[in-house]
Amino acid sequence: MLQAALWGVLVSARTGSAWIGLLTGVVSAMGIAALLGYFHLRLRSDLILTGIALNIFCSGSTVLFLYLFTGNKGISSGVKSLVLPRCDIPGIANIPILGEIVSGHNVLTYVAFVSVLIAYYMLYKTPYGLRLRAVGEHPQAAASVGIRVNRVKMVALLLSGFFAGFGGVFLSMGYVSWFGRGMTAGRGFIGLVAETLGGRSAFGALWGSLVFGFTEAFAATAQAFRIPAEFANAIPYIAAIVAFVAYANRRRHSTR
Amino acid sequence: MRSNVFELVRTLVAVFLSLLIVFIFIVIVSKDPVRAYRLFLIGPFARISRLAEWLNQSIPLLFAGLAVAIVFQANQFSIGAEGQFLIGALGATMVALSFPEVDVIHLLVAILAGMLCGALWGVIPGLLSAYGLKEGDNLGVLVVSLMMNFIGFYTAYYTINNHFRDIYAGFMASPFIPSTSYLPFLSARYRINGGLVIAFIIAGLVWYFLYRTKWGYEIRMVGTNIGFASFNGINVKRVIIYSNVISAAVAGLAGAIEVTGLHHRYLWQSMPGYGFDGVIIALIARNNPALVPLSALFVAYLRTGGRVMERGSDVSAEMAMVLESIIVLLVTAEALLNLWQRKRLKRKVSQR
Amino acid sequence: MCGITKVYPNGVVANRNINLNVEKGEIHALLGENGAGKSTLMKILYGIERADAGKIFLEGKEVHIASPLDAIRLKIGMVHQEFMLIPSLSVAENCVLGIEPRRGLSIDRSKAIELTERFGAEFGLPVSHNEIVAELPVGMRQRVEILKVLLRGAELLILDEPTAVLTPLETEELFAALKTLVTRGKTIIFVTHKLKEVKQLADRFTVLRDGSNVGNGLVSEVSEAELVRMMVGRAIEVDVYKKRTTKPGAEVLTVKGVFYIRDGRNVLQNVSFKVRSGEIVAIAGVEGNGQAELVDILVGLRKATRGKIFLNDKEYTNAPPKEIRSQGVACIPADRIGRGVAMRASIEENLIADRYFKREFSRWWGLNKKAIREHAKNLMHVFAIRAIAPSTLVGSLSGGNIQRVVVARELSAGPQLLIADQPTRGLDVAATKFVRQRLIDERDRGAAILLVSTDLEEIMQLADRIIVMYKGSIVAHFADIESVTPELLGQYMLGVERQSEKEAEGAWNC
Repeated sequence: MLQAALWGVLVSARTGSAWIGLLTGVVSAMGIAALLGYFHLRLRSDLILTGIALNIFCSGSTVLFLYLFTGNKGISSGVKSLVLPRCDIPGIANIPILGEIVSGHNVLTYVAFVSVLIAYYMLYKTPYGLRLRAVGEHPQAAASVGIRVNRVKMVALLLSGFFAGFGGVFLSMGYVSWFGRGMTAGRGFIGLVAETLGGRSAFGALWGSLVFGFTEAFAATAQAFRIPAEFANAIPYIAAIVAFVAYANRRRHSTR
Repeated sequence: MRSNVFELVRTLVAVFLSLLIVFIFIVIVSKDPVRAYRLFLIGPFARISRLAEWLNQSIPLLFAGLAVAIVFQANQFSIGAEGQFLIGALGATMVALSFPEVDVIHLLVAILAGMLCGALWGVIPGLLSAYGLKEGDNLGVLVVSLMMNFIGFYTAYYTINNHFRDIYAGFMASPFIPSTSYLPFLSARYRINGGLVIAFIIAGLVWYFLYRTKWGYEIRMVGTNIGFASFNGINVKRVIIYSNVISAAVAGLAGAIEVTGLHHRYLWQSMPGYGFDGVIIALIARNNPALVPLSALFVAYLRTGGRVMERGSDVSAEMAMVLESIIVLLVTAEALLNLWQRKRLKRKVSQR
Repeated sequence: MCGITKVYPNGVVANRNINLNVEKGEIHALLGENGAGKSTLMKILYGIERADAGKIFLEGKEVHIASPLDAIRLKIGMVHQEFMLIPSLSVAENCVLGIEPRRGLSIDRSKAIELTERFGAEFGLPVSHNEIVAELPVGMRQRVEILKVLLRGAELLILDEPTAVLTPLETEELFAALKTLVTRGKTIIFVTHKLKEVKQLADRFTVLRDGSNVGNGLVSEVSEAELVRMMVGRAIEVDVYKKRTTKPGAEVLTVKGVFYIRDGRNVLQNVSFKVRSGEIVAIAGVEGNGQAELVDILVGLRKATRGKIFLNDKEYTNAPPKEIRSQGVACIPADRIGRGVAMRASIEENLIADRYFKREFSRWWGLNKKAIREHAKNLMHVFAIRAIAPSTLVGSLSGGNIQRVVVARELSAGPQLLIADQPTRGLDVAATKFVRQRLIDERDRGAAILLVSTDLEEIMQLADRIIVMYKGSIVAHFADIESVTPELLGQYMLGVERQSEKEAEGAWNC
């Protein structure tokens, strides 16, 4: 996400096209996913440790490139980067209230919702999805029918990089219009919690993300309720722990 | 079987390769790569002030590495050292500001308070991973400990900002603590943190704890094979909890030492990243507390070198982070250097 | 298959210059005892393992099989001993996995269902396509497994010990299905160590022993006795262990009415028995009939749902493992690698795992390295553990030596009750003999021994009394083992026979 957020900003500024920025951002995220796949699958490194290392690599290298191209190490305010357009949905846009809520969001917001459908279709309707689930559940069994387990895993990693890339680009080119160091603030891990909470399915992940989106939005407006900002900021993380542990326990009781 | 010599060679090769890769990086981004690389590699030695910077930098890293080594030995993928560090620093600051100014005792109480607060912060993930998560849920432990870091950061931020804020400082920081709670400098002139000595002593103690006491034995057995440990009557849940708490105490101590030994106030406005740093350092040291000081000095050296390079050239200090992450990647890549080992094994078998 | 040789990296020669000749349209039995090399040979044929030497010919042409993918392409299919099905997927999804029929980007679901049902009907293997595999009984899963292989166009089917997990009725159904397959022109290699099945089903046979070919021919031309001789071999004499000479002493272990309920199912059902000092009580049974759970409960790793357990009249039901051990219970676990040892720890560390906290090893300031080392040296000597030093990592030892480490720790605790769960599984002849003799010695010393084993030969050799477990219940008890034959035990183990409750209660009232 960090790489995508950075390269989206840098390339859109250089080329003058937000779309090329988006594309570059997504590709750069997939590049990191490919590295993870290469180290884990080919060089048999530990997945979690490699993930940690790549996280560090990204937080370091994004600042490095930010400095290289903008001369600033904090945020990319010196660069005239572009923002992906907002999108009015014809028909709904003019309806009061509903139009305000549903229409006029950043294009990536809609992409996110459509992605849920795409991911669902991919996981449950395509041959690849079937193989992916088989590999995840019982790799030996999948291998025994001639499925190339590592190839399936690699593609899964690339796809996850693809979607994460959109997330990163949204942060820097939709949510705000600049890149800031470490701007993801643990969102990758929150995403992990959202997915676990949602029972590892596409729609479950949607609900999980909505829950966390809500806690973040709540945090942003919490001061109106006289809750100190620092506590409000911590709410999503507290929610994540509660959700994760509650979910782990629910699963434990149902399997035993 | 893996010999220690082999592990050492593996690590050294990884470090060497990473340095090479980073040099290529620098060649790409810099107009004067040789100068930048030279500053990076030998810069810290050029001035005593830089040496002091290096040593000071290595102290929290050393503690973080020890903290992570303890939980990793119990096979707990916890990176909670960062939150525990901040809470430890907070505790030490609060106590130092409110405790009567009695020589020596003031300092001791502040440091102990930091340790205790850190340890308490470690009780939560300890309990959660023992009772809340499934046995061996590494990802769960990782996520919970990471979230605890954010929560710890905001808790400390809130406390300082609302209750202990120095309104004359131009930024969010606590007032300076009284001088009776200062940990003496090793060298007042270069402001070398006296905590360096404590850090080395703690490294020795942690080593002794892990390899020479029954509690350490329990931690290592749980870490190497949880089924084996519980089968032989070791209380696995208890071990998980106290490994987390002891690790947290070490991290909390680090926070206390940063406050009493160097900054003399609480001043963290953003997260210092010691959780992940600890992972890197523990990993390079192979989770061996005796090697952690070396590994921490090494990483701190890279960081200092990075800053020297940033000041003297057009490459930014984060190159050090990139280098560290590449080292970790190469160190964890089992197959990379095992290739050589497997070949040797094959030869052995075919000789039989 | 011609001159197949396979040496595993740990130096074990699994296959030594083996020839296997299977003709089209026959059921060929591949016979041999556990560890004779049958599975390895089949894994080579299916591309999971690679042979170090030898050639494979299919219909006269030499073929190279480097992966299951190659095997599938050559129309070879394998039904593994442990099923290779994805539990959460449906029958149809499992069947078409990897060869999914497509419509556009999607899986053509109706085509997949149709394929599954058509093949099922054609080969007499009816299945219901929409059921989730996890919810199917074992026999049905196996049917799906065979169907899956057929759907991939297999002409040569390998079945690796397919009856091990089946009930007698399911076995019959399987055999009927296999005969149908042969009439449709398929060829079957049937891996087994059960002679009856060979006689019942196969046309020709090949016998392996210790990784070598020892015989082959037409099934109709050999007797069972001849087959036994080939499998066991004359060279290996049957070890005879000294039977008990003294009367057993007081009751050491008393298990009373133990239930263990998991997911609403009775895994253990009203299990009651006693073990006295100076006797070996064996629990026989097909794996997965509650023995593992019983052992877990006895050593404190699982909690009984109901019932009581006493050691020398002192109740210890559901106490933590450490407390149970301190009362004098020791256990040689079935899962050697997962529980018995820590592979990445040294021998000396492994040998103190249940006693490191005792005064001789740990004072308040730390572990006594010297005492720990002496302790290890001593045990290594007594139990003949062959290793360079006490600091050697257990992971670098051979299987037999690893088990010696476990046995050394558990026996040196001087237990009053020793539970031995599959103590010789997978061990070589020397180690097996060593472990068995040790169990006898412990008995004669006065320990109460509970032997859990699926190896009937082992039970016949060691046991003073035998309990048979089937589906979580004690279905038989034999106090006089002279009257017992392996065949008889087998009847009870498979649930074909069942003693009256009164007879089975002998386990409790002996």
